[in-house]
Amino acid sequence: MKIRRKSKEQALEELTIESGENAIANKEVEGLTQWQIIRRRFFKHKAAVASLIFLTFIIVFVFSAVDANFGPIKTKGWWKWSPDDLPDLRFGDCPNDTIGCPTISLVPKFLGGAGIGLGEHPFGQDDIGRDYFSLVMKGTQRSIQVMFIIGFFAAIIGTVVGAVAGYYRGVVDNVLMRFTDFIITIPAVIVGSVIGAKFGNLGAIILAVYLGLFAWTGLSRLVRGEFLTLREREFVDAARVAGASTRRIIFKHILPNAVGVIIVSVTLLLSGAILLETALSYLGFGVVPPDVSLGLLINQYQDAFTTRPFLFWYPGFFIVSIALSINFIGDGLRDAFDPRQKRKITKKEKQNARAIARNQA
Amino acid sequence: MSEPILKVKDFSVDFWVDGLWYPAAIKMNFELHPGKVLAIVGESGSGKSTTALGLMDLLASNARRSGQVLIKDVDMINVKSSTLRKFRGKEVAYIFQEPMTALNPVYTIGFQIVETLRNHFDMGPKQARTRAVELLTMVEIPSPEQSFDKYPHQLSGGQRQRAMIAQALACDPGLLVADEPTTALDVTIQAEILDLMRSLKDRLNSAILLITHDMGVVADMADEILVMKDGLTVEHGSSDQIFNRPKHPYTTELLAAVPKLGSSRKRVLKVARDAEPVLKMRNVTIEYPKRGRIPAFTAVKDFSLDIFPGEIVGLVGESGSGKTTVGKAAIGLLPIKSGSLEIVGKDISKASQKELFTIRRHTGIVFQDPASSLNPRLPIGESIGEPLFLAKLAKGDELNKKVEDLLEQVELPRSYRNRFPHELSGGQRQRVGIARALALTPDLLIADEPTSALDVSVQARFLDLLLDLQDKLKFACLFISHDLAVVDILAHRIAVMQNGILVEEGERDQILNSAKDPYTQRLIAAVPVPDPAEQRKRREARLAGKK
Repeated sequence: MKIRRKSKEQALEELTIESGENAIANKEVEGLTQWQIIRRRFFKHKAAVASLIFLTFIIVFVFSAVDANFGPIKTKGWWKWSPDDLPDLRFGDCPNDTIGCPTISLVPKFLGGAGIGLGEHPFGQDDIGRDYFSLVMKGTQRSIQVMFIIGFFAAIIGTVVGAVAGYYRGVVDNVLMRFTDFIITIPAVIVGSVIGAKFGNLGAIILAVYLGLFAWTGLSRLVRGEFLTLREREFVDAARVAGASTRRIIFKHILPNAVGVIIVSVTLLLSGAILLETALSYLGFGVVPPDVSLGLLINQYQDAFTTRPFLFWYPGFFIVSIALSINFIGDGLRDAFDPRQKRKITKKEKQNARAIARNQA
Repeated sequence: MSEPILKVKDFSVDFWVDGLWYPAAIKMNFELHPGKVLAIVGESGSGKSTTALGLMDLLASNARRSGQVLIKDVDMINVKSSTLRKFRGKEVAYIFQEPMTALNPVYTIGFQIVETLRNHFDMGPKQARTRAVELLTMVEIPSPEQSFDKYPHQLSGGQRQRAMIAQALACDPGLLVADEPTTALDVTIQAEILDLMRSLKDRLNSAILLITHDMGVVADMADEILVMKDGLTVEHGSSDQIFNRPKHPYTTELLAAVPKLGSSRKRVLKVARDAEPVLKMRNVTIEYPKRGRIPAFTAVKDFSLDIFPGEIVGLVGESGSGKTTVGKAAIGLLPIKSGSLEIVGKDISKASQKELFTIRRHTGIVFQDPASSLNPRLPIGESIGEPLFLAKLAKGDELNKKVEDLLEQVELPRSYRNRFPHELSGGQRQRVGIARALALTPDLLIADEPTSALDVSVQARFLDLLLDLQDKLKFACLFISHDLAVVDILAHRIAVMQNGILVEEGERDQILNSAKDPYTQRLIAAVPVPDPAEQRKRREARLAGKK
């Protein structure tokens, strides 16, 4: 090989040619930052985007409908009843001689229904006449709060434990992972009922914090695995040679690369958390009256299932739709963070492309 | 002349990316006769592997094939998948690059060969076993009866590749497609595998379609050569014509970029050998400590080497020889077990964390894999500036200015500061790696196989740049490589390692022309030369030596 000296312009020109390798693979990501790529991939996932919109709508709707507390800030609800009001119990106008049936109507008049409208008590009334709509709103608020608090604490503990175990390996790893194994062996329902029995009367928030202390195990294992592979990457060595401290390596270099795993599994953890809360409340170990939550509502009115099933449907609808939409969002995020994930080509696109190719030929 | 086994007419492959078809191979035309070798040569991304896999529709689902591929006069484009399956393995067999991933790790190699046999022939288990052992004998695996029951991880890299060839040959295929069959192997093993493929081809009269980027391998094997660039056929001709009278400028460029052993100009050394060495290793032993039931492993034994200011020392060895371990220890990333290791007069083996920090300011390292050596979540400007920032030498605007200067030094545009690693090509990333290593103007640069992941033309430019920078900045450099030809271009001195032991060390010319150690001699003899005539001569010499 000859040693060639060349001008800077020439060198730069050659560089543009050089970027031709992997050109096809890079077409999709040209000139975009990592976050832009992830956002674009996420927005291609239709179910996830729909779920995100739906979930945002539910949260805004639920928290604005009745009075809500965000720490010291209290907001007034727009709905005319609150869970504490005791309006008259309605008789007579319900089918099968039941009481306090829902007044919501979704069948328009031209289809022979009563027209679209909420009525006085859209979700009906409970045994003593309380407005069920406001109860469900309040319960959903509680459940969502509990869900986020569990998710927050589990995310922090899981990430820290996993990161430390994965980065230091050896004895530290062994101790932390055996501890994690120990926590995993205790069934969640037993942990929850013990905590519920002991701390349930201290309020839903305290309960959520304690549940969060036990929900981090799965996340910590995933984060540990991610750290074990990332710490062997050469850029970690490069950072060490550059003089970076251990803390800087963990937080600046490795953690941002593991953030995909963390975000995805925390989202999926959230849907688990809302189900855990409702399950515990249903068993009577979670949120206790006079507070309300979705699980508690179902528990209180399970006897009414045969005569007034709507007391069951509405809280059930919110539990299922929240858990489902969070799962879909998690799916979308997983697809967005996984660079190997390629979108399937639909049959229609293939046909379109064939038609274009034929026209060009 | 016999009827061609493979006829390819106007064969194109396109990939569907983000709503558009991108061509990967365009209007390919070639024929292949039994007993002949056609080599498709090109750099990464030129579409050579796509073409090879596309022949039997082994591509991802977002690929589209058009044109005509005739194997034994059966069209392989518009064909039922059951017919395709019959042809795969039976008429057309593939040998892949990485035998560890191409063989299934949970089955024995014997089982995998038997599976291929029984898929295509009406054969009993006993009969298939006899045939499989025969095949293993044919590819010269030691003690084939025992090797039959071995798992892929129990074999060495070369033996695995032999096992894969045995599997490919199981049904006496008329066409053998070898996709970079020796890229993952060391040069001495590469020579053996190429010899094996050649003799098998002659014995079975099958045709070989060889995909490679290594001009030396091509010179050794090919009868005909097809040069590809960006999906297009650039040139197509006989081996002799391509190597000796290339018509297309790209072919000429490609051939010029291939480093040739002993052809670079002599480098005048203006190094004062009486000065204090920058790196001083004395009887260094490095051990990977015991982990669980895996016993401690001594990777480097009794290793002594000096590097003087302004000198480039090439460290050569095959995979597993411990050369990377030496490089990592020299910069304090691995502890040494015994001996002494001094950098700019300071003993690194006894240094505390704080001292290590100051010592590292005098060193820089360029890593092997451009894909993993830069943090994917940091803009490259931040990666380059990190050593400066952490050494508290600059920050804010001053740091940005320095980073831009460094980028200019490695011939990258200043605006690249805000780009992310995934937006850069392999060669550009490796330049960023150098810029980062040179940020603190080190006295010692460790370069750990910086070019092994790059194409030859990119490699040539990278080596030019490294030489330029070394001329200007006068740092000492330990250049680690498995490729003697690359070391030959750069190094003033060469050290050769085998199994953790330094077998020979000396001036460049002395090592290349009059190596004393038999291992060094073998290593030099095994390097393929991009010249068919020369390659034939050496092959015959090698075979004669065997007998």
